[in-house]
Amino acid sequence: MQRITTVVVGAGHSGLAMSRQLSAQGIDHVVLERGKVANAWETQRWDSLRLLTPNWQSRLPDYAYTGSDPDGYMTMAEVVAYLRRYAGTIAAPVMEDTTVRRIAGDAGRYVVVTDRGSWTCRTVVMASGACNLPAVPALAEHLPDGIASLTPFQYRAPDMLPAGGVMIVGASATGVQLAREIRASGREVMLCVGEHVRVPRTYRGRDITWWMDAIGLMDVRYDEIDDVDRAQRLPSLQLIGTPQRETVDLNALQQAGVEIVGKLVALESATAKFSGALHNHCTLADLKMNRLLAGIDDWIRQAGREDEFGPPSRPAPTRLHRTPRLSLDLGRSGIRSVIWATGFRPDHSWVDLPVFDRKGRIRHSGGVTAAPGLYLMGLPFMRRRKSSFIDGAAADARDLAVHMVARLSRAVA
Amino acid sequence: MAPRTTTPGRAAAANGVNVSALLGARQALAEAPAAAAFTWRASSEWINGTYSRSTIGGFYGLGAEQTRPRTFAVEADHPQVFASEDNAPTPVELVLAGLAGCLSAGVAAVAQNRGIQLHSVKATLEADMDVRGILGVDADIRNGFSAVRAHFDIEADASKEDIAALVAQSQKRSAVFDIVTNPTDVHVTVG
Repeated sequence: MQRITTVVVGAGHSGLAMSRQLSAQGIDHVVLERGKVANAWETQRWDSLRLLTPNWQSRLPDYAYTGSDPDGYMTMAEVVAYLRRYAGTIAAPVMEDTTVRRIAGDAGRYVVVTDRGSWTCRTVVMASGACNLPAVPALAEHLPDGIASLTPFQYRAPDMLPAGGVMIVGASATGVQLAREIRASGREVMLCVGEHVRVPRTYRGRDITWWMDAIGLMDVRYDEIDDVDRAQRLPSLQLIGTPQRETVDLNALQQAGVEIVGKLVALESATAKFSGALHNHCTLADLKMNRLLAGIDDWIRQAGREDEFGPPSRPAPTRLHRTPRLSLDLGRSGIRSVIWATGFRPDHSWVDLPVFDRKGRIRHSGGVTAAPGLYLMGLPFMRRRKSSFIDGAAADARDLAVHMVARLSRAVA
Repeated sequence: MAPRTTTPGRAAAANGVNVSALLGARQALAEAPAAAAFTWRASSEWINGTYSRSTIGGFYGLGAEQTRPRTFAVEADHPQVFASEDNAPTPVELVLAGLAGCLSAGVAAVAQNRGIQLHSVKATLEADMDVRGILGVDADIRNGFSAVRAHFDIEADASKEDIAALVAQSQKRSAVFDIVTNPTDVHVTVG
């Protein structure tokens, strides 16, 4: 049994940012990583994926992008190289190929059991990712035989899918990106759309995430919004990082020939049923997008910077090219595979502590759990809107390291 | 969950909706899911022909049987073009009325919560139906509505966008909208 003050679980951007902050605070720690640094970025993403945020926005504590294309979007290979270089630069004490099996104990005395020995520690940071498991709805069980069922973890590129049409369930960043590229490969694609978050890639000459950063939206804190619970469950922005800065909204997808249907609400004897609420889901998304753009316009006006940016505009409302179908006989349709782009959830099954809510999620307030000294990192809207972005790790890690120092010094006193 | 912040002016609107009670219930029921399990009831008696009368009284909720000071009666019949006596609206019109009532209540509640004073809320609903479905003429035609259109005319102290957002949010939170747009398992027994 090895002894240390703090164990960080996971050496992705969150764990590394936390390691840097802990070093700055003089807290001895180890970062346990089941694979290599940036494991999930390397092994659990489809081939064409690029970051949704521009290169300059991948700021980490004492580290930033210095390449020649600050407004570009990193490929996964580039993200992996970027994070590995960071781990080296900050000399993060990472133990690779070490899988955490269990965390138990109580206030200030935790035991972290791994497949390569155990640690006792006073504090633990769970930075093992927000997207460890695909959240597939229960109705997926009723998919008829003969139709392939894939999660985004299994999907790499269109040519790996069985011949035939593809139904993609969910219209977050994952769903719209896969619909776009699978359609471009020449397949029939149907996209099931429930609640979604529409944004243009650029607005008034700048990247939308540049605006969200500039006007302070990325920094909005968990304790200053009405319903943080809801904010934490919102689907990801409908964005794609391409060199051409394409917008990938429902209008663009329909233009490309993707058929849009409502949320998949039932699968009964090979018949898929889609919600009739599609119009309202599109209306809600348009209203929210326009509110965001109006907020940007207001900010520019109040800052007196009208001359710096292009004129205000509004993307065309979402138009449904045909009356959306409400049901589809999968047996008779050309659909041969279904991809469940229905979201992800973290895997905390190795946490053997009484910190879970009724739905099996770890209860926390801004990343601070009810177990003293047990912290989270990198979950959606954990402390700020940007908490699950690479760019959000620095501020969250700094806050939680400060919290941890106060706790450790109290414990000593 | 963080406490809901109070926006200045939010309490200024008077739409007759007790929002603080609703928000209190929301918070309380998040902690006590069993109390959130409601069962609604209606019982009906056939009168003659296509004419029937439903009575609506108690329901179950908040962990107990709930009674009301009075029992309501809702009648249904078919129109004369169906060779009926037209004693009451058709059941499908009652569905439209239910949708209108649900969405209008939602508009008022959301407006109250957002501090928007309403002056008038008018909803006009239409539903299309090919009656060859219920007559069994063509098995490819469904019995129910092929499309529903609802139109709102709202006068309120708010922008056009804010009013549109009220109507969108009321659909998002509406029980009847969900019942009409999504499948529901229905189990009918006899005897």
